[in-house]
Amino acid sequence: MELFIQQIINGISIGSIYALIALGYTMVYGIIKLINFAHGDILMIGAYVGLYCVLLFKLPLIPSIIIAMILCALLGVVTEKVAYRPLRNAPRIAVLITAIGVSFLLEYIMVYFFKANSRTYPTDFFSFGSANIAGITIPIDKMVVAGITIALMILVQIIIKKTKLGKSIRAVSSDRDAAQLMGISVDRAISFTFIIGSALAGVAGVMYGAMFTINPLMGIQPGIKAFVAAVFGGIGSIPGAILGGLLLGIIETLVSAYFSSSIKDAVAFAILIIILVVRPSGLLGKNVKEKV
Amino acid sequence: MFFAIKNLNVFYGVIHALKDITINVEEGEIVTLIGSNGAGKTSTLRAISSLVKIKSGEIIFKDKNITGSRAADIVKMGISHVPEGRRIFPDMTVAENLSMGAYLRKDKAGIKQDLEMIFDRFPILKQREKQLGGTLSGGEQQMLTMGRALMSKPKLMLLDEPSMGLSPIYVQQIFSIIKDINKTGTTILLVEQNANMALHLAQRAYILETGNIVKSGKAQELLNSDDVRNAYLGGK
Repeated sequence: MELFIQQIINGISIGSIYALIALGYTMVYGIIKLINFAHGDILMIGAYVGLYCVLLFKLPLIPSIIIAMILCALLGVVTEKVAYRPLRNAPRIAVLITAIGVSFLLEYIMVYFFKANSRTYPTDFFSFGSANIAGITIPIDKMVVAGITIALMILVQIIIKKTKLGKSIRAVSSDRDAAQLMGISVDRAISFTFIIGSALAGVAGVMYGAMFTINPLMGIQPGIKAFVAAVFGGIGSIPGAILGGLLLGIIETLVSAYFSSSIKDAVAFAILIIILVVRPSGLLGKNVKEKV
Repeated sequence: MFFAIKNLNVFYGVIHALKDITINVEEGEIVTLIGSNGAGKTSTLRAISSLVKIKSGEIIFKDKNITGSRAADIVKMGISHVPEGRRIFPDMTVAENLSMGAYLRKDKAGIKQDLEMIFDRFPILKQREKQLGGTLSGGEQQMLTMGRALMSKPKLMLLDEPSMGLSPIYVQQIFSIIKDINKTGTTILLVEQNANMALHLAQRAYILETGNIVKSGKAQELLNSDDVRNAYLGGK
């Protein structure tokens, strides 16, 4: 029982990182119907920003995260302006290929300047010991990851539901022309979406980097998994991305705890395939009819 | 001059959708633009709202040349567009949809007052306030888009096929609401396929055919003209 609960907590912590990344995928998809393949690389940049905050300025976790958020948001918004906006009316495949291009660009710029070898955060950056709750030993760093994620998700929900900015994002996602007729600037709504999504990827990058190792290609795997999580939950749906991320993390962790870690991805993806066969629009996705 | 379009040309790729169109609307009028499917009625409204690019021509509003202004600025100047096919935000509540109409306004008290005014005009929207827009019936959605457009306090309202797909009772109701909105000081440019009702409501009309204005004049005169009756009112 103790092992099970510990594994669930591990699953929630890695799953919440997937969820943070998945939010960016799903929001960007919602507003410009683009699978932003460079999103995982924004996470990688976040991890490096965090690393240098620690190495150069000896900053603790929260300030490092905030700096990573700001720089990643900036990077996200610049990528959109430079690479995606000029293709706003181009066929979708052109933008998709551009996104893949941006992804490689970021990866190999980093390889060139920061070398390809793996690095780690200083061990004291992200170790908080463990707590004993009702006889079960729980590592506090996992709780910190989950706690930060939950706080950010609540924040995103409030922004999306309550603020004018969030409403403009929802309006443009739902009907671009109608949104323009309300006086909403489509460009601004899209920029803000990239800001929010990339900032979340930055947070995820620092935490992911601190939990594992970092290198210029580290964004690929969590990026793809988060993309899968977003599809799993229903691409375009914010609660779907959160649910998809958490489920993927938990399934993966349980499989590696009780069977074998080498098969965890195979099992997780098999479950994904089954779910998509039964519900092609994902767990919380809507069956949207194509507009004529 | 309150509102005018002068020699407007719009292209979609190589297709010449609007050919040298000239229209004017006086303050306080209801002017209707009728014509069959694909004649360019919707394109005309979309060009006014800056949703499609204009190749050449001018759009004048309150003596100012507004050609090429951004869509948001056009709303701010007081032109509000009720698009074809209703286009509410289905995942937002009725109240949120209405508040989107006031997106550019900052006068909180005024917005609240206008919201009450809209609930008075469309009592059904008050009842459905917390419901998602997508759950409303077609007629209710039409009222919601009109209410949403009114929330920007327009001087000129562009209405694109407000009767489309509605039951006869709703069509009657929508037309009488348009009349009311006009009486309270909003000028109306109405695009309709239901030429008969539109000509009965409007003071003046323009007839569009494949991107050209082929006829214009007093609505009453067009109603009595034989070619118009044969072409658009199913003869008699």
